[in-house]
Amino acid sequence: MTSSHGRGLLHLAAAVDQRAVHDADSYVELVRLAERGGLDFVTLDDTFARPGPDALAVLSRVAPATSRIGLVPTVTTTHTEPFHVQAAVATLDWVSRGRAGWRIDVSATESEARLFGRRPSRTPDFARAGGSPWPADALWQEAGEVAEVAAKLWDSWEDDAEIRDAATGRFIDRDKLHHVDFTGSAFSVKGPSIVPRPPQGHPVRVVDATEGTARQTAAEYADVVLVRAVSAAHATAVRDQVRESAREFGRDPGDLCVLASLVVDLGDGEHAAEPGHGGGGPRPTAQGPLYRGGPVDLAELIAGWYTDGTVDGFHLTPAEPRRDLERLVNGTVALLQHRGLFRTFYPGSTLREHLGLARPANQYAVAHAVTGGAS
Amino acid sequence: MTVRRKEIHLAAHFPGVNNTTVWTDPRSKSQIEFSSFEHLARTAERGLFDFFFLAEGLRLREHKGRIHDLDVVGRPESLTVLNALAAVTDRVGLAATVNATFNEPFELARRLATLDHLSGGRAAWNVVTSSDAFTGENFRRGGYLDRADRYTRAAEFVAVARQLWDSWTPDGVPRPFAHRGRHFDIAGEFTLPRSPQGHPVVIQAGDSEEGREFAAATADVIFTRHGTLEAGRAFYADVKKRLEKYGRGPDQLKIMPGVTVVLGDTAAEAQEKAAGIRRQQVSPQNAILTLEQIWGVDLSSYDPDGPLPETDPVPDSSLTQGRTRHGDNVAIAEKWRALSKEKGLSIRQTVIEASARQSFVGTPEAVAIELETFVRRDAADGFILVPHLTPGGLDEFVDRVVPLLQERGAFRTEYEGTTLRSHLGLSGPEGKQ
Repeated sequence: MTSSHGRGLLHLAAAVDQRAVHDADSYVELVRLAERGGLDFVTLDDTFARPGPDALAVLSRVAPATSRIGLVPTVTTTHTEPFHVQAAVATLDWVSRGRAGWRIDVSATESEARLFGRRPSRTPDFARAGGSPWPADALWQEAGEVAEVAAKLWDSWEDDAEIRDAATGRFIDRDKLHHVDFTGSAFSVKGPSIVPRPPQGHPVRVVDATEGTARQTAAEYADVVLVRAVSAAHATAVRDQVRESAREFGRDPGDLCVLASLVVDLGDGEHAAEPGHGGGGPRPTAQGPLYRGGPVDLAELIAGWYTDGTVDGFHLTPAEPRRDLERLVNGTVALLQHRGLFRTFYPGSTLREHLGLARPANQYAVAHAVTGGAS
Repeated sequence: MTVRRKEIHLAAHFPGVNNTTVWTDPRSKSQIEFSSFEHLARTAERGLFDFFFLAEGLRLREHKGRIHDLDVVGRPESLTVLNALAAVTDRVGLAATVNATFNEPFELARRLATLDHLSGGRAAWNVVTSSDAFTGENFRRGGYLDRADRYTRAAEFVAVARQLWDSWTPDGVPRPFAHRGRHFDIAGEFTLPRSPQGHPVVIQAGDSEEGREFAAATADVIFTRHGTLEAGRAFYADVKKRLEKYGRGPDQLKIMPGVTVVLGDTAAEAQEKAAGIRRQQVSPQNAILTLEQIWGVDLSSYDPDGPLPETDPVPDSSLTQGRTRHGDNVAIAEKWRALSKEKGLSIRQTVIEASARQSFVGTPEAVAIELETFVRRDAADGFILVPHLTPGGLDEFVDRVVPLLQERGAFRTEYEGTTLRSHLGLSGPEGKQ
C-alpha cells in the first residue's frame, strides 16, 4: 500500500483562500467544487497579521457539508497554546470523520507579537529594523516541538482506551491513557489530551519547506511537504534535501508526499501560456511561483513534473478563487483524469487514505508491545 | 390590557464528564462522535431551545494519582464542534465554555467572532475562570491565579474582547486597538469585521459572591445551581438588584439554573425512574470514590454495601485533582454518618440518598407547571437542561413537555429572530447597532 515516492497516484490540492469573506456559504461552495474534482484536500491559510476568519473554524463549518475531501487549515504555533492547538485539530478530525490536516506555520512579525503582548521582543534592534522578534529558525524549532507534543497528545489515548465495562464500573482502561510529560524550549505539557485519539490517529501534517528555516521541521514531522518552486530543478533540489534530512531522522523518505505549490491564473481561458513562461512553466512573483495560462497547458505541466518524478503532485492556489478553481476542476483535472493520472472517485474516506499514508501506530501502544505488553 | 406572559428560556447541556451522565445504559451512545452532538443540537432546535451548551475540562481528573476511570471522560474541543454544528442547525444558539485563564484575548475573541459570523449570529461564550496548578501543567502560562485575580483577569479579558469586537467601523474598516491593563498589554488590528450579534452572548457560571458581581457587571446569562423555589427567588432578587449599579435593566441578565428532568406517565412511575437513574449514576465503585473524595484517603477496602468509615476525613487531602470542591468535608462526613445510622443505609445507599436528586420529577403536565411556576415567580428566567443520556436524553422532554409549555403560553411556538440575542430577548450592545 505504501507507495515509493512519486509512483503512487498523482495528488492534487487547492487553496480556498478568499479575501474579506466571513460567511460560511462561499467557503462551502468552493470546497464542494474541489470535492467534485476529487482533490485530495483543500487548504485554508491563516495568520493573525491580516484580516480573515479563523481557518480551522471555517473548515469545521465546511466539514458536515462535504463528505470526502481533506480539510487542511493553517494553525500557527508561535502565540497559541500547543494543548489547545492539538485538541482543535483532533476535533476537526472527529467532526470530519478522518479528513483533517494541519498546515503548521509560525508568526514571525513584531506586530503579531503585540497582539498577544506576552512575548516582548528580546532583540529590540532586530525588531526596530522591521524584522522578527525572534529568529525564524527558533520559531520553527518551536513549531517542531508543537508538532511533536501534538503527536504525543493524539497518542495519549490508545484507540481502545474506552471500554465501558459495566462489571467493574470503568468507562476507560486508564492503563491506556498516558501522561506525555513533554518539556520543550519554551513550554511544557503534562497530558493526557482531553480528546480521544482522532480517527486518523494523527491528522495529516503539512509544512511549506520552501524556506530553509522550515526544512528541518518539515523533514522530521511533515506528512505532506509543500515547495513553492519556479522550476523542476528547484523543486527537485528542495525535495532531495528534505528527503535526505528525513532519512537522518530515521523516517522512510517515501512516506513524505511532496507537492509543488503554485499560484494559478487561468484567466486567459484556452490560450497558451504567456511568452516568458518558459513553455508554460511558472515564473517567480511576490505571491510565489505563478502559472498563467490555460487549463490544458497546466495539465501538461502537472503531468510532466509528476511523471518524471519531480513531485508527487501539486498544491494550487487559484488567483481568482471561484473562476480559477472552476477552470482547474472542469479543465485541468478532467484532462488528468482522462489520461488516467488522477482519481475519478474517492476509493477511501480519510485524508490519509487519499494520500496513501498508513494510519500511524500509537507510540505508547508500541511501547507496551516492546516491553512485553505487561499489566 | 393584557400583560405579556414571562417566557421561559431553555438550553440543552451536552451530557458531561461526571457521574450525572449514565454510560452503562444500552441507549447511551458515543461521547465523541459528531453524530451524538448533531442529534442533541437538532433536538434542541426542534424544541425551539434558545441554545445548545458545551462544557469544558482542560485536564483529565485524577484520583489517587491516577486518571479517574469510572465516569465518562474525553470530549472534543468546544468551539470546533460548534462551528460544525452551525452547518446542521439554523437557529439554535451555540454556547462554548472556554477558560479565560488558559487563553489569550486576541485569539479567543477572534475564534468567538468567527463562530458568530459562520453561524449567522448564534455564538455564546461561557466564561470560566477555574485555574489551578494541576490544570496549568498543560499550558504555557502554567501556574495558578488566586480567586480574586481569576475574576479581575476574566473581567479584563471580557472587556478587551468586546473592545476587539467593536474595533471595526460599521462599514467594515478595521481600526487599530490598544489596551494596557493589569493582565494584558496588547495592540494592533483585529482580523474580523463586526459579527452579526455585535458581541457574542456572554454566560457566567457560578453562584459565588465574586461570580454574582461579575455576572451583574458583565454577563448576559448566568448559569446557576438549582435549588428550592425560595432559594431561587432569593438568588434571583439578589442578582437582579445588582444590575442597577452597572446601569443595566433587570431584563439584561437572564438567570438559568442547570436542571435535570425525569418524566413518567404517572408521578409514581417518574419517581421510580428517577431512583433507577440515581442507582445507575452511583455505581458501587462510584460510591467508594465519592466517599474517598470526602474522606481524602484510600477506602478501597470498604464494602460499598457495608457501613461508612468511623474515622474522620483528612483535611486538605490532594487525593483527588481537577475536581471542584464543595464545603467542609468533616461536616459532610458527620452528616452522612448520621444519615446512614438513622435510616440504616449502606455506603452506596447513603451516597444515593445524600447526592442531589433530579430537579423535576413527574408527569409532563406536572413538570411543565413546575417549570412555569419557577419562571413566573421569579426564581429563574429559564433552565439549562442536563440530560443523563447521550444523545437522546432530551427527546422525551421536547416531545412531551415543550408542547405543554407552548399551550400554556409560556414558551415560543417559533423562533422570532435569527440570532441568539434575539431568542434571549437581549438588546444589542448599546450604541453600537
